[in-house]
Amino acid sequence: MELKAVGTAGTLESSDVMITIEPAQDGGIVLTDFQSSVINQYGRQIKAEVLASLERLGVKNAKVVVNDHGALDCTIKARVECAYYRACQADVDGVYDWGGVIR
Amino acid sequence: MSIPRPKPEKFRLRRTMMFMNAQKPGLIKDAYIYGADSIMLDLEDAVAENQKDSARFSLYHALKEIDYGNTEVIVRINGLDTPHWKEDIRVCVAGGCDGIRIAKTESAQDVHTVDEAVTAAEKEFGVEVGRTLLMAALESPKGVLNAYEICTASPRLFGVALSGGDYRKCMQVKVIPGGIEMLFARGLMLNAARAAGIQCFDTVFTNINDDEGFKAEVKQNVEMGFDGKSLVNPRQINIVHEMLAPSQKEIAEAEKIVRAYRENADKGVGVFTIEGGKMIDIAFVPGAERVIRLAKASGIYEGDL
Repeated sequence: MELKAVGTAGTLESSDVMITIEPAQDGGIVLTDFQSSVINQYGRQIKAEVLASLERLGVKNAKVVVNDHGALDCTIKARVECAYYRACQADVDGVYDWGGVIR
Repeated sequence: MSIPRPKPEKFRLRRTMMFMNAQKPGLIKDAYIYGADSIMLDLEDAVAENQKDSARFSLYHALKEIDYGNTEVIVRINGLDTPHWKEDIRVCVAGGCDGIRIAKTESAQDVHTVDEAVTAAEKEFGVEVGRTLLMAALESPKGVLNAYEICTASPRLFGVALSGGDYRKCMQVKVIPGGIEMLFARGLMLNAARAAGIQCFDTVFTNINDDEGFKAEVKQNVEMGFDGKSLVNPRQINIVHEMLAPSQKEIAEAEKIVRAYRENADKGVGVFTIEGGKMIDIAFVPGAERVIRLAKASGIYEGDL
C-alpha cells in the first residue's frame, strides 16, 4: 500500500503515544520529532519499536512524528499501524493482515 | 512475543463482567488487576465512530501481548447493522480472545451469522474450530421475545445478557428503583437461559455514585437467579463478589448435602435425610455444588470438598 496523505493515530493521554506519518519521495524514514516522557529510560527502545513496525508494513520513505506518554510496546505498534493505514487512506472495514504485517 | 491463552471454558464462574474501551491503553493494560471474572473489551459503543480502526489495532496487540491470567477476555463487537462487525470478528479470532459478545441480538439468525463468520475466521487463522465462545446481548423488545431461540442457536453460546439502556429506550421507560420496568425482560430472559442450559447476566448499573441503589439491584439479581452482572466501574466488582458469596450457614448445609449424597449414592440410596431432618434427593446436589464453587471463588471456603 502507498502513503497518500498525513496519517495520525493515538492521543496525548498517559500510557498512549501519538504517531504521525507523512509521505516522502525519498530520504528513508526520518523521525522529524521525537518526544517521550520516558525518553531517558526507553527512548531507544521506543524508536526501535516504531522503526520495526514501519519495516514490517513495508514503509521505505516517510516523515514520522512520535509523541509518547509512556506507551507499552503493544500500544506503540497499534498506533504506528493505525497511522500507516490512515496515511494510505485504507478502507476502515477492509480486510487486514492480522498476524502478518500486523504483529 | 505472544501470550498463549488456555482453551476457554464454556461454563466457568462469571459473576462480574467489566466493560473497558478497547481503544484506551491506560485501561486495557491493567484490566486484569481489578479481579473481575471476565473483562469485556469494547469495540462498540465506547469507541467513537472515527476510531473504529484504531480500536482494532489496539485490541489485537493487547490480546497478543498482555497476560490476563485467569481473567476471561471477551470482546463486544459492533452490531450486525453496521459495516464494522465482519472485520471485528476477524481481529477477535486472530488475536485469540476467549469469547465474543454479539450486540443487539434479535434472532437465532443473528447468532448463526456470527457463528459462521467466527468459524471462517478460525479456519483462516489456524485456530481450533469451536474454540471461540459467544454470548448474546438482548437490547430490544424483539430480542427479548426471541430469547429462547437465541439461547439455543449455537453450541458456542455460553450465555445471554440484557442491555438495559437500549431496551428501556425502546420501551419508553426510565430507570425505576426496584426494576419494575425491567421485570418482564429479566424474567423472560432468565427463563429462556435456564431452559437452554446457559448462563444469564444482568445489565449495567450506571450511576456509580449510588452504592445503595447498586446493592439493591445486585440483591434482586441474586434473588432472581442471575449468574452475574455487567459492570462499568471497578469499584462495583467487590460489591458483587461479596453479595454473591454464600453465607457460612449455606456453605455448611451445602457441604452436608454433597457429603451425604456421595455416601448414600455409594450405597445405592437416592433419597435421604440430613441432620435437622431435611429430605434430600439428587435435585439438591447441583445447587449445593454451586454453593461450594462460589465459596471457593470468594476465598471463604476452608473445607476439603
